[in-house]
Amino acid sequence: MSQNNILLQVNDLRAGIEGKEILKGINLTVREGEVHAIMGPNGSGKSTLSGVLAGDPRFTVNGGSALFNGKELLSLSPEDRSHEGLFLSFQYPVEIPGVSMVNFMRAAVNAKRKYLGEEPMSASDFLKLMRQKRALVELDNKLASRSVNEGFSGGEKKRNEIFQMAVLQPRLAILDETDSGLDIDALRIVAGGVNKLKTDKNATIVITHYQRLLDYIKPDVVHILYKGRIVHTGGPELALELEEKGYDWIKEQVDGN
Amino acid sequence: MEHNEDIAPNQGCPAAEPNTARNIIDESVSGDYKYGFVSDIDTEIIPIGLNEDVIRLISAKKGEPEWLLNFRLDAFRYWQTLTPPRWAHLDIPDIDFQSLSYYAAPKSKTSPKNIDEVDPQLIDTFNRLGIPLHEQKALAGMAVDAVMDSVSVKTTHREKLAELGIIFCSFSEAVKDYPDLVRKYLGKVVPYTDNFYAALNSAVFSDGSFVYIPKGVRCPMELSTYFRINAAGTGQFERTLIVADSEAYVSYLEGCTAPMRDENQLHAAIVEIIVEDNAEVKYSTVQNWYAGDKEGRGGIYNFVTKRGLCRGDYSKLSWTQVETGSAITWKYPSCILSGEGSVGEFYSVAVTNNRQQADTGTKMIHIGKNSRSTIVSKGISAGYSQNAYRGLVRVARNAVGVRNYTQCDSLLLGSHCGAHTFPYIDVRNDSAIVEHEATTSKISEEQLFYCNQRGIPTEEAVGLIVNGYAKEVMNKLPMEFAVEAQKLLSITLEGSVG
Repeated sequence: MSQNNILLQVNDLRAGIEGKEILKGINLTVREGEVHAIMGPNGSGKSTLSGVLAGDPRFTVNGGSALFNGKELLSLSPEDRSHEGLFLSFQYPVEIPGVSMVNFMRAAVNAKRKYLGEEPMSASDFLKLMRQKRALVELDNKLASRSVNEGFSGGEKKRNEIFQMAVLQPRLAILDETDSGLDIDALRIVAGGVNKLKTDKNATIVITHYQRLLDYIKPDVVHILYKGRIVHTGGPELALELEEKGYDWIKEQVDGN
Repeated sequence: MEHNEDIAPNQGCPAAEPNTARNIIDESVSGDYKYGFVSDIDTEIIPIGLNEDVIRLISAKKGEPEWLLNFRLDAFRYWQTLTPPRWAHLDIPDIDFQSLSYYAAPKSKTSPKNIDEVDPQLIDTFNRLGIPLHEQKALAGMAVDAVMDSVSVKTTHREKLAELGIIFCSFSEAVKDYPDLVRKYLGKVVPYTDNFYAALNSAVFSDGSFVYIPKGVRCPMELSTYFRINAAGTGQFERTLIVADSEAYVSYLEGCTAPMRDENQLHAAIVEIIVEDNAEVKYSTVQNWYAGDKEGRGGIYNFVTKRGLCRGDYSKLSWTQVETGSAITWKYPSCILSGEGSVGEFYSVAVTNNRQQADTGTKMIHIGKNSRSTIVSKGISAGYSQNAYRGLVRVARNAVGVRNYTQCDSLLLGSHCGAHTFPYIDVRNDSAIVEHEATTSKISEEQLFYCNQRGIPTEEAVGLIVNGYAKEVMNKLPMEFAVEAQKLLSITLEGSVG
């Protein structure tokens, strides 16, 4: 493993929903330039982990810490986490009727600039940026003037998530089940977009149930999450092993029979 | 090809103004009612109370002809037989009509020929409201009649309009200069017998605007009346009369603000519109009367009767309203569609927050053959407010081929507010096609979190979502009003979530 700077350091993170503890002590270190895959059977806490890191108010944090860029993520508001460079690609992107993608992204871009003490982006620069990033995920220009995710197909929604990621240029992107509901062409476009955005200064956490996406986005580290804990960490070969053998051997190992 | 990228909220906003979004944030954070100031202007206020002598006094002060005094007195006598309407979904405290003053006028000379004759304090007041009255500084493309309390202060661009034969002046001047026109149309669309507040207004109305667009003339600029309540302990009772002769077109805007006071103030206006053959009138309102404080103290009672008569064949009347202010709103801008093929439209956004109450909607009365109407109502309730849509679509027995489409949406913010819908449909001709669609929705936690995750703070996210929800109506507003109205929506809902 590389010895680049640490971007995210999660220590003994415990969190849950409605009084039920789901994450039971997560430890995770993500360095600049790395791609991590978090895999695991349904109900293991994958989406809870991404939600807690992004500050989804439905979840309560019961303990632990998550240092991001040296700042305590868990004490920041969701919008400040975003401004600090955290991006979540939603498993189920939300529809906002009547709000055009252009206005939505403009509000997002300028909110970040305000946080950083910069002037709002000029209209022409912003349109240029939109055009440039749209090409990355092969979104046509009509999509940008449509309302946020309204009437989008499953594939369009996921491409739209990666488009937003491209515009906001996060330090750390968490892709929550981005492959679900995608056909093979859409999968290739989405993965291609993610790969093009990769630099040695940012990092990506890919949360997925299947190995399929990892054929396109090559992970450096693979974690297996089960019952709220990371029970296995390895290289890319671990994903292949899971694909071949399923999750049962993990369950047996952890549950003891 | 690059197209369809409406960068600004609503195509109306020029792309050269990149600060709009930021202004909205700044203002929604400060969240104050920025028109709540009081101007220290020497004002003549007549003693409180209402009787025939008071009406004679108002009429005398305005030097009115006998017939108008008699119109007032008839209205007053009729009003005395009435009781305030109680059918709306509103909780209206008893109003002591004898405790109000019915006439308040800035003491400086009214209807000045020259801007130098206008009290500088008055000019300053309207400057602060964003309405410059100097001709050379006057808003380009918009003529304004500025009304303070009971009188019109100044009407801009009058000469330019007069060249086209367009009359745009205060109601009082119209009575003096065009008595025949006023007499011909006054009370023809809203008779004083119409309702309690219409009778009251007809008895005591003080000023307002008069518009006449002659045959075949397309008014080259927006006409606008800006209503300002300044004096305490008074009511404002203005009257607007708009006549669009055959083939004429006019777009008319109305704006209103008032100081912040702990007492309630009554505003009971009448708007009458007459639309002749093939003529079109667009009437837009951005209503931002003081709404009272968070606990519901103070604010304007906005009890207004607005109605248009599309009596010409293929005439068209379009109402657009953005209602964000007032403690209580009671108004139903309506269309009587008696001309063949006449068209009535009603586009409304009504926002209530804190303890505000609104009962608003429209009436579309189809009498003419093949007349058509469209109703789009977007209610937004927050805080502890109550927001009701009340609408009537009536199709007369002989009205063949009528079409109506009604869309009535309610958006709720939080769980202590109420949204109510009272649609009445009365169809007496089998050929009519009347459609009614209604939705109720809430701003979801998921939507807010999605915005937050992209870096958009909650207040701004609410503004975006609400403006998106109301876009269909906001797009109908003239450009000059659209940006202002969008900001208003965000400000009105400040603090309503989270």
